[in-house]
Amino acid sequence: MSADGTPRTMTAKALAAHGVQDLTPGAFALARVDRILVNDVSGAVAVREFRRMGAERVFDPAAVACIADHFWPAKDARSAEHVGGLRRFANEQGIDDYYETGSTRAAGIEHAVLAEEGRVLPGSLLVGGDSHTCTAGALGALAIGVGSTDLAAAMALGELWLRVPETHLVRFDGALGPHLTGKDLILAAIGRIGVDGAAYAALEFAGDAVAALDVDGRMALCNMAVEAGAKSGMVAADETTLAWLWPRVAAPEALAPFGPDAGAVYDREVVLDVDGMAPLVALPPSPGNVRPVDELPEPVRVDQVYVGNCANGTISDLRQLARVLEGRTVARGVRLIVVPATQEVHRQAVHEGLVEQLTEAGAMISPPTCGACFGGHMGVLAAGETAVATTNRNFRGRMGHRDSRVYLANAWVAGAAAVAGELVDPAEVVGR
Amino acid sequence: MSAPISGRVVRLGDDVDTDVILPGAYLNLTDPEELGRHLLETYDPEVAAKVAPGDVIVAGRNMGMGSSREHAVLALKGRGVQAVVADSFARIFLRNCLNLGLPAIAHPEAAAALRDGETVEVDLEHGLLAGETERWTLPRQPPFLTDLLHDGGLVPWVRRRLSQRDT
Repeated sequence: MSADGTPRTMTAKALAAHGVQDLTPGAFALARVDRILVNDVSGAVAVREFRRMGAERVFDPAAVACIADHFWPAKDARSAEHVGGLRRFANEQGIDDYYETGSTRAAGIEHAVLAEEGRVLPGSLLVGGDSHTCTAGALGALAIGVGSTDLAAAMALGELWLRVPETHLVRFDGALGPHLTGKDLILAAIGRIGVDGAAYAALEFAGDAVAALDVDGRMALCNMAVEAGAKSGMVAADETTLAWLWPRVAAPEALAPFGPDAGAVYDREVVLDVDGMAPLVALPPSPGNVRPVDELPEPVRVDQVYVGNCANGTISDLRQLARVLEGRTVARGVRLIVVPATQEVHRQAVHEGLVEQLTEAGAMISPPTCGACFGGHMGVLAAGETAVATTNRNFRGRMGHRDSRVYLANAWVAGAAAVAGELVDPAEVVGR
Repeated sequence: MSAPISGRVVRLGDDVDTDVILPGAYLNLTDPEELGRHLLETYDPEVAAKVAPGDVIVAGRNMGMGSSREHAVLALKGRGVQAVVADSFARIFLRNCLNLGLPAIAHPEAAAALRDGETVEVDLEHGLLAGETERWTLPRQPPFLTDLLHDGGLVPWVRRRLSQRDT
């Protein structure tokens, strides 16, 4: 609660705890940052700008994490040079949190690695040179995506300039049915409010359906807050969060729940009832173009199914996919690419026999990478091809050629598409 | 640092995402000129081909949504685009424009009225925006953004701040 007793949102509490005094939406401020996330793509420009700023040392090497993920394993010589540059920067600056698949035990896609490694704390303020930095909101952090020069400034100063956002509450009432996940919650929300429905705003997600999600599901939810234009997307840190973080953080005894004050007032409230909802699909070319999978305007034949990315390459996604493929095979003419988000997810999938089961069914397992999600490499689409992907963007040409199409869905729907060769309700493949 | 600008309008639509401004396949480039060659490649090849140095992009709602890639703004600058006017901007794209000193003006009326190919004048110092037939007054910027503009972007702003810390 604030000094005058006014109940506060999570966003306001986090901003106030990081030096922002005037919490009026629209006010400009400099906020202290706890953690800075740099990848090979944003980092290549950020390191250059850091030097142009005349900066020599990052403000706190322990606050910076450098993760090679976009074009890693190196797609070409230039990409290899960018990762090399990031590696040298981390060495030169004494940054211990450097992660590179093939070299460090913990590695993979930045947002997943950061969470797994216990580098995200409830109530903390995190900035990352990647729009999906908002994923860390799943653990109750105020996590803000920025560009490379912002990243450079944050590394030099330990501060981020920001405009205090309006805060919107998105409440999901009811309980998710079979074959629905956190992905469906966020698709439902974007379908309702639109791709700029939360422009410049901070989102806070609540309600029974959110409380019931595990951390993987909450990451899927928060990951796409930016697809509604939001600055951040947060879930209160509760028992589920703390139990998940406990074995991963350096000082578990310091962990505490973090949530809005009772009676906190939001600038807008959106309520969605998820009882009886069918799995959802976002049709190209917009994440806001959302339909139930059983109400598509026309049949959708599929060339590629891609299960992976920063929030939907989790062990939960791989388990859901394996359930669909159990005793079944990938349809002729379809390719299934599975991208565990991290080395840890990969190891766990091996341990559980999922890798064997999926490859027996015909799937290809990729090393952890942002890969084809952003059209980089390892599964780029040709003209005329259609993919079903558990990723977060289906913009024109996002995964490859301008005339390719991407449908976004959860791993159940993706698995069913791999088996059926077209978009179908997973219940048609695995039963209810 | 904010001399008046005059340029030809190239119109884009609503919800132009940074993937179509600069496709992901080129994110292993960092040189603005090189990035500029791929500007708007997947948006529309014809529009992409006609953007010339000195042009002003005029877009609809939610300009620059999606990825945080600063490469999109570097590509605009590399191609010589002088300013972006839009009905509204997506937040990270707007930050990137401001940080890199590329004038980005949210003005729904102007964004609706300016026609493809007409000449537009932008005078940020005096808060004026003028097409061939209409003129608009720009709202006053918050002091922080005025500072950023005067410094020429975030790099000089941080350099100044670092030197103040040293003394």
